[in-house]
Amino acid sequence: MTVISRNDVQHLAQLSSLQLTDEELDSLQADIGNILGYIEQLGELDTTGIEPTYQVTGLENVSREDTVIHSQVTREQMLALSTESANHQVKVPKVL
Amino acid sequence: MSRISDIVNRIKSGESTARREVEQALAQAKANEQYHALLSLTAERALERADEIDARIRQGEVVGRLAGVPFIAKDNFLAFGAPTTAASRMLEKFDAPLQATAVEKLEQEGAICVGKANLDAFAHGGSTENSAFGPTKNAYDQTKVAGGSSGGSAVVTALDVVPFALGTDTGGSIRQPASFNGVVGVKPTYGTVSRYGVVAMASSTDTIGCFTKDIEDAELVMDIMSGRDVNDMTTLPDFFTPIDALQPGQKIGIIKESMTDAVDEEVRHQIVNYIDKLKAAGHTVEEVSLPMLQYALAMYYIIVPAEISSNLARYDGIRYGHRADNVSTLAELYGRTRDEGFVTENKRRIMIGSYVLSSGYFDAYYQQAQKARTLLIQSYETLFATYDALLSPVAPTAAFSLGENTEDPVKMYLADIMTVPPSLAGLPAISVPAGATAAGLPVGVQLVGQRRSDARLLALAKSVEEK
Repeated sequence: MTVISRNDVQHLAQLSSLQLTDEELDSLQADIGNILGYIEQLGELDTTGIEPTYQVTGLENVSREDTVIHSQVTREQMLALSTESANHQVKVPKVL
Repeated sequence: MSRISDIVNRIKSGESTARREVEQALAQAKANEQYHALLSLTAERALERADEIDARIRQGEVVGRLAGVPFIAKDNFLAFGAPTTAASRMLEKFDAPLQATAVEKLEQEGAICVGKANLDAFAHGGSTENSAFGPTKNAYDQTKVAGGSSGGSAVVTALDVVPFALGTDTGGSIRQPASFNGVVGVKPTYGTVSRYGVVAMASSTDTIGCFTKDIEDAELVMDIMSGRDVNDMTTLPDFFTPIDALQPGQKIGIIKESMTDAVDEEVRHQIVNYIDKLKAAGHTVEEVSLPMLQYALAMYYIIVPAEISSNLARYDGIRYGHRADNVSTLAELYGRTRDEGFVTENKRRIMIGSYVLSSGYFDAYYQQAQKARTLLIQSYETLFATYDALLSPVAPTAAFSLGENTEDPVKMYLADIMTVPPSLAGLPAISVPAGATAAGLPVGVQLVGQRRSDARLLALAKSVEEK
C-alpha cells in the first residue's frame, strides 16, 4: 500500500498548479492513497519485452497540404473570451 | 414517442413543421426540469433555424436527412446559442467562438440543437454527480443516478425530449448512462468521429457517439457524423455504412469474467435473457475468457489521469475561462483559478496524472500501463480471430442511488469495469437495452467488435431488437 504523505500531496498540488485549502489537502491525501493502492495491482503483470501502446488509430504521420486555412474566428472574438484585454492583447498580473 | 424518421416524414409531408417540432422539444424539456438533465436551452437560435428550414421546405429546396429534427448535445460540445460549460465553473461563461465538427455536420443535414445536457464536470465521473451545477436524476427513478458522464444526454433521450442526443465516451460515458436509462448508446471505433470543438479529456481514448431510442436512428446519426476531418488528425477515412440485415450464424463470445458473483444477479439474469434472444435469432453464443479484464481498470486509471493532467493544463485563467480575483502573482492566479474552476474529481485526476508521470514513477505506472494495454489488445485480437462480437453487461449493477458512491472514488470507478477495456483498445462498443430489474430499473448489454466493425455490431443488435 502506497503511503502518500501530506508533503507529497502538497508537492503534487504544486506540480498541478492547484492552490488547495487545508481541508482539500486532507481529503485528497486519503483519496489519492486509495486510488494508488488500487492501481498498484498492475505491477503483478509480467510485461517483459512488451512494447507500450500509446495510440490505437494505426495512423502514422498524417499530413495535409501546406496551405493556410483561414480561421472563421476573429482576433476580436478570441480576445473577448479573456477576462481582461487591452490593445489587442490579453492582460495578466505582473510577472516580474 | 417519435423516431427520427417519424419527424422527418411529418415535416416533409407538411403534417408538421420544424418550428412545431422544436417548440415541442422545448416544451418537453421544460416539463421535465425536475430531472436536471439540461444546463441550457438554445431556444432563440433553434427557433430561428427552424424557421429557415421551414422556409426552404416551402420553396421546395432540398433539405437534409435530418431537416427539422431537434437534438441535444452534451455540454462539452462547442455549440452556438448558449455557453459551453463542460458542467464546470471554469467554463461557466464560455461562449464558444466555433462549433464542434460533429454539431456542424448534423446542422448541415438540417438537425437543430435545442439545448445542452448536464455531465460530470469535464466528463470526469460515472454518475453526473460531479457536475458543478448539481446532479441529473435517472429517467426511471429520481432517487437514482443518471449514470455518467453523459447522464443528461441519456435522460433527455429516455424522456423523449429529443429523438437523439450527443455524448462523449472515454471509458464508458455513453454506454453506462445508456444502460442506466434504457436507451441505445454508441461508442464508435476510436477515430470514427472528429473531436474538433469538443472539450478534451483523455486524447488516446476520447470518442464521440450518440444516444437514440432504436438502432436505426443510431445508424443514421453515426453515418452523418463519421468521417475524416482535417481539424482532427486522429480521424479515420469514413468507413461507416449501415447494414440492413446481418446473416444469422454470427459467433458471439460471452466474457465469463464479466458474469461473476461480483455482478448483480438481476443484471446477469437480463444478460442471459438477451443471449437467449441472440440464439433464437440464429446466432451462436459461447463462453470465452478475457483474463486481462481484471487489470483494465487499473490501466485506465493511470493512462487517463495522465492524459487529463496534460489536457487540463490549458485552463490557466489567462486566455479564456474563469480567472480568480484579487491575486498578486501569476502563480497565485493559476493556483486559485484552478482551485475555484475545477471540482474535486478533476483535481484528483489531475494530481494522480501528475504523480504517475513524475520522474521516478513514470516507468512503474505510466509505462507499465501502456505495456499492459498492449497485452489487453492482443487478448482481444485472439478472441476476434474466432468471434464476431463479444458480449458482457454494461455495468455490474443497474443505476445506483444518488450519493451512494460519492464518498469512495475507487467504488465509483469500479462501475466502469466492463466499459473501459474496449476504450483502451479503441474498439467499437454499444449499449443496448436488455431488460429491467424487478424494481423497474433498466439493464443494458454491451456488444464489442473489432475496430471498424461498428455497422456490423449495430446490425447484430438490430437482428434481435424488439419493435
